[in-house]
Amino acid sequence: MYDLRCESVIKRFGNFTAVNGVSFGVPAGSFFSILGPSGCGKTTLMRMIAGFEHPDAGDILLKENSVLNLAPNKRNVKMVFQHLALFPMMNVGENIAYGLRCRGDAKAGIGEKVRAVLDRVGLPGVEDKQISQLSGGQKQRIAIARCMVLEPDVLLLDEPLGALDLKLREHMKIELKQLQHQFETTFLYITHDQSEALVMSDNVAVMNAGRFEQIGPPRELYDNPVSGFVAGFVGDTNRWEGRIDRLVDGTARVALNGGGSVLAKTGANSLREASAVEVFVRPEAVAIGRGNDGATLSGRVDSLLFNGANSRILVRTETGKLVEVADTSGATGFNEGDPIDIHWHADRALCFARDAA
Amino acid sequence: MRSDTGKLSLILLMAPFALWIVLLIALPQFGIGYVSLREKVGPGEYELGFANYTAFLGEPIYWNTLLRTAWMSILVTFLALVVGFPVAYYIAKIARKRARAGLFLLCLIPLWVSDLVRAFGWIVLLRETGIVSSSLQWMGVISGPVELLYNDITVIIGLVYTVVLFMIVPLVSTLDGMDDAMLEAGYNLGGSRFTVFRRIIVPYAMPGLVAGCIITFMLTAGSYLTPILLGGKNSSWFTEQIYNQFITRYNWEAGATFGVLLLAFTSLVVWVGLRLTGQSLATTVAKE
Ligand SMILES: Nc1ncnc2c1ncn2[C@@H]1O[C@H](COP(=O)(O)OP(=O)(O)O)[C@@H](O)[C@H]1O
Ligand SMILES: [Mg+2]
Repeated sequence: MYDLRCESVIKRFGNFTAVNGVSFGVPAGSFFSILGPSGCGKTTLMRMIAGFEHPDAGDILLKENSVLNLAPNKRNVKMVFQHLALFPMMNVGENIAYGLRCRGDAKAGIGEKVRAVLDRVGLPGVEDKQISQLSGGQKQRIAIARCMVLEPDVLLLDEPLGALDLKLREHMKIELKQLQHQFETTFLYITHDQSEALVMSDNVAVMNAGRFEQIGPPRELYDNPVSGFVAGFVGDTNRWEGRIDRLVDGTARVALNGGGSVLAKTGANSLREASAVEVFVRPEAVAIGRGNDGATLSGRVDSLLFNGANSRILVRTETGKLVEVADTSGATGFNEGDPIDIHWHADRALCFARDAA
Repeated sequence: MRSDTGKLSLILLMAPFALWIVLLIALPQFGIGYVSLREKVGPGEYELGFANYTAFLGEPIYWNTLLRTAWMSILVTFLALVVGFPVAYYIAKIARKRARAGLFLLCLIPLWVSDLVRAFGWIVLLRETGIVSSSLQWMGVISGPVELLYNDITVIIGLVYTVVLFMIVPLVSTLDGMDDAMLEAGYNLGGSRFTVFRRIIVPYAMPGLVAGCIITFMLTAGSYLTPILLGGKNSSWFTEQIYNQFITRYNWEAGATFGVLLLAFTSLVVWVGLRLTGQSLATTVAKE
């Protein structure tokens, strides 16, 4: 059962196609993210779901009913705007009651509902505060409460954490996920920040230039990307350009531009010998020391980037490439300038056809 | 020492402004106030007292004119709001960014022509032998010439035309600051067009709306040329009474009294208006 489904949705602005044949389904009660660089059409897609733009082709279904002919105020999807769009001339209680009053709820019940939803977002008793008196994180929660009090089929969130500082953003990530569990409502979350998408979502769609490149659980996107774009956009990765020398059983030997060659698994696509490719290797797939199967590189430690469990060693290979290597223990005892060998298993490197660009 | 120099520079900075306020606004008002309190007891002999004010109250035609002026000014303000709001909304929210400056300029064009010339423009259009009357005859809508001047409706139309700009400008500048996302949030949460207008747009525009209303009301109540030229003898506008006292009758005491009363009465109307709409000067005009 899908709470929200889009079928081949297309939206053009003049000659420019902002959303180009997007199809997906969001299962009831799940947290679905759309991840893509800025300008790829995420907001446009969300505005079509909310009813502020009309798709040029395709269909949008809520609880399996097409909503294309419903006005925005008749659709049971609520939206948390990028800059929240709380009403500054109303206090917190009135902001939350606005939707209930529009719906025609009995006056008597409204106060009780407002109180209950404020309790659930962890801000009891702030009804009489002005919006300007709230902190960034509190405003966020009020914006969510204002939508959730209406019990929507789907809650849309458009980069709601973008305006917060880093610390608060990390905190709100976890909190949003908890709120979603607590309300058991379907969330459709838009972001350009891959870590937000990976941490919170049940499913992520990676969007690029108006199209969905891949839809799947975070782990699948991370481990089995279907395109160079997904491999490069989701998670940290090393990326080099090269050309396939030899291709045996889906494993290619790639001659890198600028010298050196490595082994890599070909992504699920029609690569042939001599194809121009990009090779992707995750920092944690790179091991220190000599390996027994071909993909060993020698070089020197260029710099040590300490970041707790996320520490990295930057290795400059003999051919001059920089390789990011995960240094999980942070205590390998290397110093800058030391000679170092690195290797990886051919299965952990992926190559994809290079874009024409 | 530092704060002393700070104070000194503040005083120097404020001095021209203070002088301007004192010399051009405060002193003349005090002068008028003083003159209005002089009673003429004999040729060249004066006493201080309220005789001029009691004379005003004793003559219904005076205070009826004042009431009529206030009431017509309120009507003009209301009409200017009704006409100006959609225009301001269009300029601020619907027109494309590039068209905005042009539209705004179009609104300002009438200001480039003096009040007097504009009023004569209306006269050219509306008099018995004017363009409107002769076109209507030519089209056969009416058989003889009609006089469209010298009635209240014409005066009101002329006044709305003169002041509507001062309603539009503050409204545009407040509406301009309104984020479109706020309107969309209003619809998204289930609001109809009317709800969004009443509960989001109007409250948001309130500062500009109140400022515009105060300016248009004061300008209308204090206007002279438009009501006199378009309304003629029947206009019974209070400024005409003031003019008559000062110039025709050479009764400066009565003229000054009327001036003070006009200021006091229009201020009172503004104050009542603010109270009735639950606004205050601090939350509207002085905001931002
Ligand atoms: N109303 C519009 N008219 C013309 N172009 C638009 C309009 N809205 C968005 N676009 C264009 O569509 C593209 C996608 O925009 P958007 O959906 O806001 O991207 P994102 O939210 O992913 O950053 C952008 O290149 C933007 O310039
Ligand atoms: Mg966006």
